[in-house]
Amino acid sequence: MSEATVNEVGPHDGVTGLVDDWAADKQAYHVPWGKAMMWIFLVSDTFIFSCFLIGYLNVRITTTEPWPVQSEIFALSFGGDPIPLILIAIMTFILITSSGTMALAVNFGYRKDKAKTFWLICATAAFGASFVGMQAFEWSKLIIDEGVRPWGNPFGAPQFGSVFFMVTGFHGLHVSAGVIYLLWVAFRVKKGYYDEKGFEIVEIAGLYWHFVDLVWVFIFAFFYLL
Amino acid sequence: MASAEGQQHPLGIYYKIWILLFVLSGFSYAVDYYNVQGAMRWTLVITFMFLKAGFIVAIFMHAVWERMALVLTILGPPTVLLLFIGLMSIEGIYTEELRFAYMGHDRDAVALTPADLHGEEGGHGGEEEH
Repeated sequence: MSEATVNEVGPHDGVTGLVDDWAADKQAYHVPWGKAMMWIFLVSDTFIFSCFLIGYLNVRITTTEPWPVQSEIFALSFGGDPIPLILIAIMTFILITSSGTMALAVNFGYRKDKAKTFWLICATAAFGASFVGMQAFEWSKLIIDEGVRPWGNPFGAPQFGSVFFMVTGFHGLHVSAGVIYLLWVAFRVKKGYYDEKGFEIVEIAGLYWHFVDLVWVFIFAFFYLL
Repeated sequence: MASAEGQQHPLGIYYKIWILLFVLSGFSYAVDYYNVQGAMRWTLVITFMFLKAGFIVAIFMHAVWERMALVLTILGPPTVLLLFIGLMSIEGIYTEELRFAYMGHDRDAVALTPADLHGEEGGHGGEEEH
């Protein structure tokens, strides 16, 4: 009898053993599966954004044409002298504000305060939408007033336009998708869809939103400031 | 652990980190506003960037309260990017030097600014080139 038991639970050899070792019922992550999957997705997204930023690093180093002066190109005038980089600074603060409201939404979600959670997620989505709006304004200003194109611009290295439209465009796409995702979650919170299931989904949506803010931290530093 | 029934923490820490992120962003912007240049600019911008990124991941995304298995899954793989960045920098510098040495590109070329192009006063092509 003891031999039979050993055969059943003991480790097999060869291919069967390989399959057992990797596919047995072991749990690596003690979090809801949705959260683990969101983290895996975010790690893969990190690699995509990193490829873009490293591509930017490479063309920025290799081009022998001078890189355009970002702080003057992204300056904005409110009647008086142009203030350098002001719109980008406002967009940065808006995204941080939205990260704060999202963090609070996650907290109130776990407290099962549905009204506060709903309104905080809506506020987050509204900040996100205004961020995209400002980005659209910035794009149109650059395209129409300054003549910046993905293949060239009047200031210097043509790679400036390619990197700008690709990196900020891909980030803007993430923000837009995030706004839709958040509104969807907010709607379901309000409808009471998570009363039984639990409010982990708010935290999972929050992870995505904070990640979008996180990517902007790097874009702000590498593309606009350096 | 906190993970079992979700991440619940006092609200105070979120407010503190929120304010801190505002302050750090303000500092980053101040670096540009006061036109700090050279090595100091790079040091300050990158320091503030990593501090902001660290606080967002650690507190807002709850990484400090997660179990080590999950934290290492998140933070481990991206560290190989440092090697990638290093390789591409070396390769980029090599390519640029080849272009200067053999293709006759101008080392002292200066970028134009919107002020130069629109003929406004105070245009100073690329004084702030970095």
